Amino acid sequence: MDDTAILVIGIGNEYRSDDRVGLAIVRALKKKKLPGTKLIESGDDSLNLIDTWKDAKFVILVDAVSSDSEPGTIFRYNALTEPIPTQLSFHSSHAISVAETIELGNMLHQLPPNLFLFGIEGKHFSSGIKMSAEVENAIPDVIEEVIQVIQTFQPFM
Amino acid sequence: MNNKTIKVDYLARVEGEGALHVKIKNDKVTDVKLKIYEPPRFFEAFLRGRMYTEAPDITARICGICPIAYQMSSVHAMEDAFGIRVDGQLRQLRRLIYCGEWIESHALHIYMLHAPDFLGYPDVIHIARDYPDLVQHALQMKKAGNAIVALLGGREVHPVNVRVGGFYKVPSKQELSQLAENLKRGRDVALETVLWTAQLSFPDFEQDYEFVALWHPTEYPFNEGRLFSNKGLDISVQEYENHFAEEHVAYSNALHSVLKERGAYFVGPMARYNLNFDQLSPLAQQVSREAGLAPKCSNPFKSIIVRSVEMLYAFDEALRIIEEYEAPERPSVDIHPRTATGYACTEAPRGILYHRYKLSEDGSILDAKIIPPTSQNQKIIENDLLHYVEQFINLPEEQLTWQCEQAIRNYDPCISCATHFLKLYFESQDE
Repeated sequence: MDDTAILVIGIGNEYRSDDRVGLAIVRALKKKKLPGTKLIESGDDSLNLIDTWKDAKFVILVDAVSSDSEPGTIFRYNALTEPIPTQLSFHSSHAISVAETIELGNMLHQLPPNLFLFGIEGKHFSSGIKMSAEVENAIPDVIEEVIQVIQTFQPFM
Repeated sequence: MNNKTIKVDYLARVEGEGALHVKIKNDKVTDVKLKIYEPPRFFEAFLRGRMYTEAPDITARICGICPIAYQMSSVHAMEDAFGIRVDGQLRQLRRLIYCGEWIESHALHIYMLHAPDFLGYPDVIHIARDYPDLVQHALQMKKAGNAIVALLGGREVHPVNVRVGGFYKVPSKQELSQLAENLKRGRDVALETVLWTAQLSFPDFEQDYEFVALWHPTEYPFNEGRLFSNKGLDISVQEYENHFAEEHVAYSNALHSVLKERGAYFVGPMARYNLNFDQLSPLAQQVSREAGLAPKCSNPFKSIIVRSVEMLYAFDEALRIIEEYEAPERPSVDIHPRTATGYACTEAPRGILYHRYKLSEDGSILDAKIIPPTSQNQKIIENDLLHYVEQFINLPEEQLTWQCEQAIRNYDPCISCATHFLKLYFESQDE
């Protein structure tokens, strides 16, 4: 079994409050010792994602989003079959956002065969190391869903 | 007669978020306000009480695009405090890892953030449709730069291998040599990039800048040198705060950096290039001339060419270091903390990044000051906007607005720490 077949990438910034949720989720997933799954924490510019997911067959991205929804709301997208709504900004302090990176990857035919996104609506993105309660409370649900997705598809990888 | 207000509340294609407000009345610019940067004050506070060993890892998270710059400035400041000099191959490896970061950062800016302006595209997605090769080049070069940082930084995503005194682990000659093939290809593409940027159209706009950068007698500066300007500044980095001050600006959540004696100043690739042209590699100098760029350049729009020249230099320098590399016996030198204050300025992709730390006897941090390059460029960007708008005041509003944004992007500002979220709109006043 190829251990790069399934790739979970947590995206975020440690020091921007709710923007760290993607990292927190990946760290929690690392403790679960999921078979056939590689877990990566990504903090830098999303453009590197195109190279990071190059050899993976199944990719799950986890990131904070900002869309004026209830904090803690969980969004799920199949990036290959659904467009990501423009008002849903995957919070990025850099010029090329995750959504744009995916669009770029699509244009260059450099997307993985499977690409799923989990977005968690953040409340605070100012400097800080604490997540808001609403976002913290959403974490166990996201973890469970990500595990379910992996367990569903892993036998086929 | 022009009476208008140009308001760009959300600047696109700069790192982070920002806002611009220009007021024009009777053909005169009456006001320019640029809100683009929030300095990392949170991190300065957060560092207090931490050990000196933690500074590279904590400060690296201030900026996702240039973590290496923060690591380099912090380790050099700590070494300054403890009277340590890191030399030989370790010094070369530090230059090499910086080459990697310059390549990544410059490639991103040239192709994805700046080129769209020159080609008339709103963003890189649209360019990708018509010029996929351009985007592929950018990705290819980012990848080459990333490979250097990943190998020397010790991890795919966030560099963990840099420490005060050197590194935790150093690569073998063979490991480094494996990077050479891709770097050579990257160098070829970088060369073409210089020539390609040189044939873009540039507004006729020049200013009398005070450029500030590190200067070194024998090398294009990364980590070491004196602080120079083209108007007589010649100081050690330890004297930085004697000559530079931060002024509070009411409308911006930021402090404006000024040279006490003369006001606004300009850091970054243009500054380095104007002050250190002779220290560029022969290839970089030659290609620069071929591209029609003189050793002195005061048109900020041509920063895209200068950035390309630096990117080419970084590939060239990386290959030179790899070629001459011999693995050092030890990955780092011994450190003995003591009560002291340490200073450093290193050349981040966007310009000088100043770190100062006050340390207690056991090496814990009492006080930290971090002044990033974008912070230092805010005033000069405002000046540029004022002069640019005055010069081109008769352009149609939409075009003028876009050119203002482009003028800001000349500085490749990194505003990751900014907390303003605003929307773009244009308002015109009839008087």
